[in-house]
Amino acid sequence: MNPFDASVSALAAQLATKQVSSRELAQAYLDRIAALNPAINAFITVDPAKTLAEAAAADALIAARKNGPLTGVPIAHKDIFCTDGWLTTCGSKMLHNFVAPYDATVVARFKAAGMPSLGKTNMDEFAMGSSNETSHFGAVKNPWDTARVPGGSSGGAAACVAARMAPAATGTDTGGSIRQPAAFAGITGLKPTYGLVSRYGMIAFASSLDQAGPMAPSAEDCALLLNVMTGFDSKDSTSLERDKEDYARDLDQPLAGLRVGLPKEFFAEGLNSEVAAAVEAAVNELKELGATTVEISLANSKLAIPVYYVLAPAEASSNLSRFDGVRYGHRAPEYADLNDMYAKTRAQGFGAEVKRRILIGTYVLSHGYYDAYYLQAQKIRRLIAHDFAEAFKACDVILGPTAPGTAFKLGEKSDDPVEMYLNDLYTIPANLAGLPGMSLPCGFDSKGLPIGLQLVGDYFSEAKMLNVAHQYQRVTDWHARRPEGLQ
Amino acid sequence: MSLSQDDVKRIARLARIEIDDAQAQATQTQLNTIFDLIAAMQAVDTSGIEPMAHAQEVSQRLREDRVTETDRHAAFQAIAPAVENGLYLVPRVIE
Repeated sequence: MNPFDASVSALAAQLATKQVSSRELAQAYLDRIAALNPAINAFITVDPAKTLAEAAAADALIAARKNGPLTGVPIAHKDIFCTDGWLTTCGSKMLHNFVAPYDATVVARFKAAGMPSLGKTNMDEFAMGSSNETSHFGAVKNPWDTARVPGGSSGGAAACVAARMAPAATGTDTGGSIRQPAAFAGITGLKPTYGLVSRYGMIAFASSLDQAGPMAPSAEDCALLLNVMTGFDSKDSTSLERDKEDYARDLDQPLAGLRVGLPKEFFAEGLNSEVAAAVEAAVNELKELGATTVEISLANSKLAIPVYYVLAPAEASSNLSRFDGVRYGHRAPEYADLNDMYAKTRAQGFGAEVKRRILIGTYVLSHGYYDAYYLQAQKIRRLIAHDFAEAFKACDVILGPTAPGTAFKLGEKSDDPVEMYLNDLYTIPANLAGLPGMSLPCGFDSKGLPIGLQLVGDYFSEAKMLNVAHQYQRVTDWHARRPEGLQ
Repeated sequence: MSLSQDDVKRIARLARIEIDDAQAQATQTQLNTIFDLIAAMQAVDTSGIEPMAHAQEVSQRLREDRVTETDRHAAFQAIAPAVENGLYLVPRVIE
């Protein structure tokens, strides 16, 4: 069997029964990365020697029968995660030379599970973007059409999974950065409940919104990866103290009696008609599987983008103040004094979008404007969360499109930040409320580009969402398709 | 509400980001477009609504006041732009 067609669980089974070694598997993926990455630019850093050493260690675990469920399966990490001994750039010139001296908890957990790292994936600078065009290391190309964006900010992760340059990848989602690129690249991605996955060692953008999650071809794969990622971490003050769950436990549950909420605001003006048709067809599939639908309203969701573009930049301006050229990363070569060193270092190290957001954040937090912007945004954030709480009295899961359209052309929206921001209007509400959300493929448009279906669940309902997605994927094959020419 | 070029330069100074006149002009236009978008939330009546700082209602965890980390200053300083005798070097701030 072609390893690039195998699911994460199938690869794990082949490894456990020694049909293939982790080294062989890692080498096959490294060869594919070498062949495809020049055209797609999904990876910033690849280090075959490190990957193969980790794979050899995984083979030793298997030989000693000390392997876990996913031991030996390779994975790619978004370059936002600190990885001991690997370049960790966050897509920025500011960190172009930063070799992390420790592992993020997410990375450490995958390592402890015996999963070798295939490399660090490209991303929008400091995770700020919806197209992966703001990376210092160049734009990522969508494997379905290399003239188009893969979505952002986990665009490198989405593209590498779509092109099967990795069986799975880690991503992060602050306003939709797992779900939107998953939709544009035709893969499955899950943003867990806020606090379920540790943020330790994940370079911070907006701390009250950032959340790490898995990206893979299928919901079943995501469930297995989530099992590795979650768990309390004392190093993250917002990590939730909860018992470990098996997120694959409900995958085979039938959907009879499932109540699917359809927010009328997500099917309104601005939604591409082909996306709407594909999502409606998916709703019909779920009805065939026994689900019922109920119309719900998320009346304040139209305010999610304005609220997000106050809160996220405010937090970013604070978090990114640590990049000053003193302890790590870029430092301007010439400066007059300390303040000049800070100002020149930050002017040179940050790209345009990052600077724009730092300036917005600095302004909304500045004296005299705090109440009008930051406090008002936090109050509306509660209204948005309240809408969801009311909706979940009537339904088990909320369904809608992931993005208003499919992948757009490189450069098409890069001169208009507001146009770019509107891409995330369906994904941001879940981040503001801290709810779990996922995107899965539900069709293709007339240009052959993937369409994403979004599920939003109540707090800690990841197993239910994965169940819905898996049952849908049992009767459809959108998630199994691969870009032509990359078979 | 509309930001002037002087406003943009003042914010950039507060944010410690060097900006020249041409950049300030381009930034001014873009920031004003973004603040037009943000203005939509200003009209909402939020009287009596508690601000929501975090998604989960959790209180700050406390731990025993003892050292748990090992000394790794050599590893951390190995990636610094300039160090000497275990100290980070920056331009002189006191004459």
